[in-house]
Amino acid sequence: MARIDLVDLAHSYSGNDAAPESFALKPISMTWRQGGAYALLGPSGCGKTTLLNLISGIVTQSRGQILFDGVDITPLSTEKRNIAQVFQFPVIYDTMTVGQNLAFPLKNRGVPKAEIDARVAEIARLLDLTPYLSRRATWLTADAKQKISLGRGLVRSDVAAVLFDEPLTVIDPELKWQLRSKLKALHRELDLTMIYVTHDQTEALTFADTVVVMHDGRVVQSGTPAELFDKPAHTFVGYFIGSPGMNIVPAEVRGREARIDGHTIALDRSYDVLPSGAKIEIGVRPEFVEIVPPAPGLLSANIERIDDLGRVRFARVRVGDAKFAARVPPGFSSPDGAAALKFDPARVHVYADSRLVEGAL
Amino acid sequence: MNRGILPKLGLLVYLVCLLLPIYWLINMSLRTNEDIMSGLVIWPRHPSLVKYIFILHDPTWVHGFLVSLTYVAINTVISVTVALPAAYAFSRYRFIGDKHLFFWLLTNLMAPTAVFALPFFNLYYAVGLFDTVWAVALAHCLFNVPLAVWILEGFISGVPREIDETAAIDGYSFFHFFVRIFLPLIANGVGVTAFFCFMFSWVEQLLATTLTATNALPFAAVMSRTYSASGMDWSLLAAAGVLTMFPGALVIWFVRNHIAKGFALGRV
Amino acid sequence: MKKTVNNRAWLLVAPVMIVVLFSALLPMMTVVNYSVQDAMAENHFFWNGDAWFRDLLDPSTEMGSRFSGALQRNLIFSFVVLLIEVPLGIALALALPRRGWTVGPSLVLIALPMLIPWNVVGTMWQIFARADIGLFGAALNGLGLHYNDTQDPVSAWFTILLIDVWHWTPLVILLSYAGLRAIPDAFYQAARIDAASRWSVFLNIELPKLQRVLVIAILLRFMQSFMIYTEPFVVTGGGPGNATTFLSIDLVKIALGQVDLGNAAAMSLVYYLITITLCWIFFTAMTQLDMLKEA
Repeated sequence: MARIDLVDLAHSYSGNDAAPESFALKPISMTWRQGGAYALLGPSGCGKTTLLNLISGIVTQSRGQILFDGVDITPLSTEKRNIAQVFQFPVIYDTMTVGQNLAFPLKNRGVPKAEIDARVAEIARLLDLTPYLSRRATWLTADAKQKISLGRGLVRSDVAAVLFDEPLTVIDPELKWQLRSKLKALHRELDLTMIYVTHDQTEALTFADTVVVMHDGRVVQSGTPAELFDKPAHTFVGYFIGSPGMNIVPAEVRGREARIDGHTIALDRSYDVLPSGAKIEIGVRPEFVEIVPPAPGLLSANIERIDDLGRVRFARVRVGDAKFAARVPPGFSSPDGAAALKFDPARVHVYADSRLVEGAL
Repeated sequence: MNRGILPKLGLLVYLVCLLLPIYWLINMSLRTNEDIMSGLVIWPRHPSLVKYIFILHDPTWVHGFLVSLTYVAINTVISVTVALPAAYAFSRYRFIGDKHLFFWLLTNLMAPTAVFALPFFNLYYAVGLFDTVWAVALAHCLFNVPLAVWILEGFISGVPREIDETAAIDGYSFFHFFVRIFLPLIANGVGVTAFFCFMFSWVEQLLATTLTATNALPFAAVMSRTYSASGMDWSLLAAAGVLTMFPGALVIWFVRNHIAKGFALGRV
Repeated sequence: MKKTVNNRAWLLVAPVMIVVLFSALLPMMTVVNYSVQDAMAENHFFWNGDAWFRDLLDPSTEMGSRFSGALQRNLIFSFVVLLIEVPLGIALALALPRRGWTVGPSLVLIALPMLIPWNVVGTMWQIFARADIGLFGAALNGLGLHYNDTQDPVSAWFTILLIDVWHWTPLVILLSYAGLRAIPDAFYQAARIDAASRWSVFLNIELPKLQRVLVIAILLRFMQSFMIYTEPFVVTGGGPGNATTFLSIDLVKIALGQVDLGNAAAMSLVYYLITITLCWIFFTAMTQLDMLKEA
């Protein structure tokens, strides 16, 4: 069990002297609570896999420290770090049975046979693998194999953290949900720190207590799924999370008002001091922008198309140069595509240079 | 992975042993025939590039090299291109006669080319391809295509099926998936196959000489002229041997990154 | 890994079929035809039935004893060749660099022996192995070993074996190397996390993943070594006596030297059948293992 601290951790694949902006992972300091379920979310190349590999020791950092319970583990090799890692595709030993696979890490560490058998049985039970223990591991399906990969990590009683690198990539869509639920159940039962890397927001938001959004080698925001949804600290987070993502449009903001395309939107906070020369945008999630029939006093828009997502319909509209996605109430229709947008002032955020500005109440 | 000094030492010893006969070849190419026959000389006393100069200036030799390069290149391209879809099919699908077909392909590798020389001669003469690079390029497909299918099938089978299915779900067309996603995953196999096709076609002599006369005379045929009335021209043959290594060396140099490609972040 | 049944896969295989069918079927007909006839000087053929075959397979006849002798030599040769080249090839593939500037030059050097035309290989070794004017022959004799590849059968065998190992181990090395590089790093990383020893990584990860590539390498090397012709012909001429007279050498002697096409064709057919049978056995064994995996 361990609390993981990252102290000014940074990494460049081209050596320590590379330009700061080219670092795959820019300096980051943060704490991972013991027993927490974290998701590292971000697009390809944002540095999340690098961060994971630094923690597991597969890559040695260019700068900074990694502490497990206050102890710097940088000099420790991977097998001594008490971590387990599950990779994008199942990594199992083809020649061995499921039971032998699970026993392998313990055998290599010289654990007595009786203890090995007990641990293997326990982990197999947890992962619903007990009926397969004497089958050759290669015969199983991909999701079972991923469970074996996970099992090899869990079977060691000194494991402090489990790292997942996009583990559902090759799993059948129908089975993804099952495996995800299993992971969540395991987390509750085992009180291990779990760090789950993914580019899929659904996976991140359903698995984690705390989601860490990364972009271009930096941590952009770290918080609960609700926080990330309600109050994105960065336009990237707003855009990346939510389907469809947050609307982000340039606007003029003064006091309690924002102006788009000649029309004014009320805000529920006042923004008196904005950095001069900064790019000012407002962000509001489509869920909080409603399509209504055209009316004076409301921002008019042209509907380009309506996407029916089953539970809810979203419209893609045009306001002058800007594009919006907005929620379509049930029963609404507009034959000529003309409509107006109604905003929920409490949900409209202001961003300067892509960063959230806290307004005054 | 720390593999220690012993493997490196072993590799070095092997490379030295490998290079000794090649050194000997170079040695022979720099001496005259009388000198070669006279006694053991480790370092040529009067090294001379006269044989190389002769080869590189003689139009028959140069033409021979170019002809050989041409048909080998054509053959490699055809073999690999034709083999890729077939190898994919053998690896991923079960169809009527698949195992037998696969093995039958292998049997073509076992057939001695001497058996095919005369029938091929008749065939290519009949279709008017005799004495062209195309005749040799196509004839070499006899053994290179099965070889390519075999090697590629092995590498394709090493890539998990799940990746094909994931790509299908993502909505790629088969061609797009195959060229942009799948091929990079079997880069090692493609690289090594291309090199082997090149190599086996390059060194094949019987069919190459049987199916050509003057227009498409390959260097292999020109080399047989080193056995003349006055005996074997050892140093000329050696010089030719040294020169023949260069094209192949270039080929493997070009595919080195494909053969040695690693998969750091995993396949996807 | 399960294969799906899909008979449209024939479309993918069609190009290969066309190319190879065209080259293969025609000549087989010719050979079969010759083998059951007898050729006379003016191309008169008469039916001889299976007489040639009976002669061939009976070791007490002259044909038969030549055949069985050559066959034995071939089998021993191929067996020893495989025994040396396969482990050596794998070991060297493991030792080759995986990254960095040394990869290119190493691969080039390794590949060189295979790029030399086979007659040049034979001719060069012919000189190389001579005790009077060749570096190798002189060196061995200088070390006190009694080495003479034209007069001493042991030396002749040793030389032919050495030539083959020198010439063709690179094939095993390159195939194994490509196969090794195709193993994703994640397997090695997982092995580190599992605290596996280097030997364990080799046995449990590398060797299983190399299996398919090794089958190809072994079958290729078996076929090539079983059909070996140029090198022994050029270096020892099949001698001393018939110490290195392999099946192919004998075959050519009979067909061209004695212009005995009937016997030669019969021999070549039996030769071909033996090769196919041995390969079939090996191939079937491998596919059985595969089918077990798919179950």
